[in-house]
Amino acid sequence: MSTAPNRTGAVADGGPGRAPARAARPAPTPARRALRRARTWLPGLLLVSPSILLIGVFVYGMIGWNTNLALSDKHAPIQEGEFVGLANFIALWQEARWPAAVGNAVVFTVVFVGGALFLGWLLGLLLDKGIRGEPVFRTLFLAPMAVSFIATGVVWRWLMNPAPAERATGLNALFVRFNLDFLVNDWWTAPDFGMAAMALPAIWQLAGYIMALFLAGFRGVPEELREAARVDGCSEWGVYRHVVMPQLRPVLLSAVIILGHMSLKVFDLIIAIAGQQIIADVPAVYMWAMVFEVRDPAKGATIASYLLFAVALFVIPYLVWTVRKERSEGR
Amino acid sequence: MSVQSASGRVTAPGGRAAGTTRRGQTVKFVVLLALAVLFLLPMYVLLVTGFKPFAEATAARAWSLPQTWSGEGWAAAWEALSSGLRNSLMVAVPSAVVSAVLGSMNGFVMARWRFPGADTVFTLFLFGMFIPYQAVMIPLQQMLVGAGLMGGLFPLILAHTVYGIPICTLIFRNYYASIPQTLIEAARVDGAGMLRTYASVVLPVSAPAFAVTLIWQFTSAWNDFLFAVFLTGPNSWPVTVQLNNVAGSMVVPYNQQMAAAVLASLPTLVVYLLLGRYFMRGLMAGALKG
Repeated sequence: MSTAPNRTGAVADGGPGRAPARAARPAPTPARRALRRARTWLPGLLLVSPSILLIGVFVYGMIGWNTNLALSDKHAPIQEGEFVGLANFIALWQEARWPAAVGNAVVFTVVFVGGALFLGWLLGLLLDKGIRGEPVFRTLFLAPMAVSFIATGVVWRWLMNPAPAERATGLNALFVRFNLDFLVNDWWTAPDFGMAAMALPAIWQLAGYIMALFLAGFRGVPEELREAARVDGCSEWGVYRHVVMPQLRPVLLSAVIILGHMSLKVFDLIIAIAGQQIIADVPAVYMWAMVFEVRDPAKGATIASYLLFAVALFVIPYLVWTVRKERSEGR
Repeated sequence: MSVQSASGRVTAPGGRAAGTTRRGQTVKFVVLLALAVLFLLPMYVLLVTGFKPFAEATAARAWSLPQTWSGEGWAAAWEALSSGLRNSLMVAVPSAVVSAVLGSMNGFVMARWRFPGADTVFTLFLFGMFIPYQAVMIPLQQMLVGAGLMGGLFPLILAHTVYGIPICTLIFRNYYASIPQTLIEAARVDGAGMLRTYASVVLPVSAPAFAVTLIWQFTSAWNDFLFAVFLTGPNSWPVTVQLNNVAGSMVVPYNQQMAAAVLASLPTLVVYLLLGRYFMRGLMAGALKG
């Protein structure tokens, strides 16, 4: 299918009624044939060229510029930068703030990705066979996706208020009210599990999305496959484990990529809940502080480069794999 | 089997009735209901607190219904957010329209009028969808300052338009791949050029894909915070920044904060509730699934 445009030769840019005349031409030379082919696809390239230009400049040009900045010693906005190699990249690890921010982002990512995957998968599983009120459940679980992380942060900051039991608000107050005082905790301000608590609002927001992905995946598995397994004596749970879930690996992969790339660059949610408090510091917040408070472009660009690198590490293989697979399936 | 099909409830589309007992259904329903309550807690807090008068927005009455329902939180929130709501609207609408139009053109070419290297270009576009925008932010800011364009809403419109191109291209490409190639061929045999084929064959059937991309772009531009804090000043702050300022200040009472959060989320929530089907498709496209 991909070669189809080449077959029809020179009609690409012709007005109506010009095509029949072309058919009567003498046998073309190879050069002429190439030219004619180019006349077919060239308009396509032209139509895409504004976007190629924009993406070229604003994605790849800016990434190049940013990398350049990260490799320089432009540590003040008005200063000229000299090339210093990887010095900034190494220096970051020698301070206290950066490794702590990376650690926080890792904890957040593990809890958020794991939690959203599990909850989304569970919701998908519960809804898969159809249940009374399914559309209502689906709409409800997916609704947080329509809201900004800032709005989510506003309400969750209130819910996860760490004030002690005697003047507790939010979830702590609810725990006290139901005599579950042992559940009262410091939420995101706790030194040992704070970032795990910080992942709760993100799980709340994204679980519905993962549910929708899994639900589409579950329902894409042909009923005959399930039926065949049942005839072979599989329990309903066995059908899921041995027949349905193995078919869902691509869905799982997509879900991990989406959650993972969101999680590594998490910013809005942290700002809305914790502001710039160091206990909840993550690389994206650190970078923001470098730009607006410390005003150190080279250092900000270095952090941004690390973020890009972390995301690219798993997104590039995924994209190449997806586009190739699609091509081989003859899309 | 007979027991299962007797429970009248399991008549899901596609006849997935097999293998579910009535008791299993009840257990599932109860679990779902419990999870639904958990999911609703934040929404309950938002609405109930928003309707409380200032005197009642205290820790002690945190989870109770308002004794007197009051609009003062809403009035104050509207005051604080109205310019941001207007800014957000003026950013989200034009950038959604422009990226959708560009996405439609790209999608058509990449699905149905391919040029050599189209797959590579497409992959390079897609990567633009996943990059952390932090990686372009400092240069983008410097460039806009250098060009004297900072200050109004233009930087934000530009950013949302450009960085929205990849997902719009993806959605349209997958959509156009489902138009039969024979239809395109027929137009070509009739002597139609690329633009004519696009305008007369492809564009007339594009409405659903436009709905998906417009909704997606509107929602993500509306909910954006990162571009907004880097690229706008106090006069052009969109609603997310204003909301964060309202909520970040220690002196603003909770009833106002919650009302503000609801107010800032209302447009996208309404779009979601009215056009959920298209919203879903956009989400699915975000996972690279047509």
